[in-house]
Amino acid sequence: MAKKKNTIKIDKERCKGCSLCIGICPQGVLGLSDEVNKKGHRYVVVKHPEKCTRCGLCFIMCPDCSIEIPGEE
Amino acid sequence: MKKNFTKPQSMKDVPTHYCPGCGHGLIHRLLCEVIDELGVRESTIAVAPVGCAVLAYDYWDFDTLEAAHGRTPAVATGIKRVLPDRLVFTYQGDGDLAAIGTAEIIHAGNRGENISVIFVNNGVYGMTGGQMAPTTLLGQVTSTTPNAREAKTEGFPIKITEMMAALSGVTYLERTSVSSPKEIMKTKKAIKKSFQTQLEGKGFSMVEVLSPCPTYWGLTPIKSMERIEREVVKEYPLGAIKG
Amino acid sequence: MFYNVPRLQYRDTGGRIIFNMKIRYLSTGNEACGEGAVRAGCNFYAGYPITPQNELTAYMARRMAEEKRIFIQSESEISAINMVFGASAAGERAFTTSSSPGISLKQEGISYMAGCELPGVIVNVMRGGPGLGNISPSQSDYFQATKGGGHGDYRLIVLAPASVQEMFDFTYEAFPLADKYRNPVMILSDGMLGQMMEPLEFDENIQPSGIIDKPWAMRGAKGRQPQSIKSLFLKEGALEELNKKFQEKYEKIKENEIRSEKYKCEDADIIIVAYGTMGRIARACIDSLRKENIKAGLFRPITLWPYPHGELQELGRKKIKFFVTEMNMGQMLEDVKLAVQDDSRVFFYGRAGGGIPEEGEIIKRIKKIKSK
Repeated sequence: MAKKKNTIKIDKERCKGCSLCIGICPQGVLGLSDEVNKKGHRYVVVKHPEKCTRCGLCFIMCPDCSIEIPGEE
Repeated sequence: MKKNFTKPQSMKDVPTHYCPGCGHGLIHRLLCEVIDELGVRESTIAVAPVGCAVLAYDYWDFDTLEAAHGRTPAVATGIKRVLPDRLVFTYQGDGDLAAIGTAEIIHAGNRGENISVIFVNNGVYGMTGGQMAPTTLLGQVTSTTPNAREAKTEGFPIKITEMMAALSGVTYLERTSVSSPKEIMKTKKAIKKSFQTQLEGKGFSMVEVLSPCPTYWGLTPIKSMERIEREVVKEYPLGAIKG
Repeated sequence: MFYNVPRLQYRDTGGRIIFNMKIRYLSTGNEACGEGAVRAGCNFYAGYPITPQNELTAYMARRMAEEKRIFIQSESEISAINMVFGASAAGERAFTTSSSPGISLKQEGISYMAGCELPGVIVNVMRGGPGLGNISPSQSDYFQATKGGGHGDYRLIVLAPASVQEMFDFTYEAFPLADKYRNPVMILSDGMLGQMMEPLEFDENIQPSGIIDKPWAMRGAKGRQPQSIKSLFLKEGALEELNKKFQEKYEKIKENEIRSEKYKCEDADIIIVAYGTMGRIARACIDSLRKENIKAGLFRPITLWPYPHGELQELGRKKIKFFVTEMNMGQMLEDVKLAVQDDSRVFFYGRAGGGIPEEGEIIKRIKKIKSK
């Protein structure tokens, strides 16, 4: 399969680094950044966009609406 | 899959003050999704509690009234009786509903008030610094049970939802959790059923949602969800309790 | 047009006369109060039984059902005030009644109503206290009503009826007053007024007055932005600003709403200051004293908050004496002393726990003061 575009948008300032999305992702797409946002949280970043299947589990688990997965074109 | 995973319209675009991994953010999103799906945003009136969710009116894009601690079901009664065609729901924590507000919730249920109650049970008082709640488990350490909760001196975790099942005025009661995507979707389904029960004029309904409090459980968010699945559901089993 | 005339709950005396479109009938104070609320367009009532105002709750149960409005016997007085809070927030005229210990329970809800600027009418049919007390009349909740009761820098508008007619009139007026200022209003009555029976007269076709739009009400966000009603203001300075705004409102109320009644004060050299039931008794004392050529007058405050300090102060400049009489151990006494600013000219006779200062005793004491 061709390498997919990065389909997950993460609002790094809203993210609190709770990592529930990281824990639930079956493909290991997500991980914590090495940097912190303005609130001092290590925020979640997309580490392996090519592995994402748009299952939406990360969105479901996120308590902060920090994740958005736009519809496919 | 063409689904657009995005913030519901009924939720304001405001970052919340809740701790990382707190269940409130999840439950807020679910009830807002349901309100969007039912198309009732403009006829919804919510009653917010005292507790961590006291600032809920900053996050919900519909009319929200702040009630005194525990009085939420009485306040909702006042609103629903004068505006019976609106969707009126209360959102309460375990202190608001199961401690100071025990009389109000029982009697709102007993009168069969046609309202919906979302009862967020995280077994601890978050806002005020992690004190014991009526729903705290035996053996749990909190700031007012530093030597762990003991039945002899602190009593047992209270099962308000089971108690309310005995009331004839109550139509639908369910306990769910937010510990995994599967449980989160069940919570959403239960909230929708509760709101529909109200919109169809069928009487009082309540959804008790087992929710994590990583800060005062002293666990990471992921471990908190595991604790719900491992420990909390043993004391507070999931499923429909009535209706 | 057939008109369903309210009759007495338990005693139908058949004493109903319609004269010039006014209904005149015999009523207890409690029931007159309830009828005043119904005529004012009260749409929601919640209450809990407590003596000596049970007739009021029962009357509301019957009348609200007749008018197809809402009546709830709540599980507690706390619940009742919070139901009123909700109904008021939803934009309706809401009403609750109780007696002293129940009013203590309502204080939190009252503070919340004041903090959220919600209108509403609360009736206290006072009984003996403190604690469970007894069921006899008293005036020992004056401090509670006028100096706070609940927490925070708020004020209640407090009206003190002294007759069955005023129980009707003041309750009827309390609703538009509450709406006008977005503030709770209290009717401070007592067990005697609640239970006594007197003629009551009002226009058969009386309509609710002072109906205003309530754009702030919680009715669902159709056609406008969603809004919230709350009393929590955490942002730095916000609560202080709100309190300043409240004080401006209270100043306006003071400018416009003070009410009192003077009886034979013009040439009086001793003035009895009394309200409610004691106002009635004092009036009888004035008549008796005048027959003996003692120049006594009565100053009867009608609004206990805002209190008519100014008028009393005006009278006080005349270097006359004041005789305060209350069914308590000295509460309004402090407001009179504040107005007169000369304690040597202010005298007091009070009885508590259901004791009622009687005409004979008051006259005796006034004569003693005059003889000094």
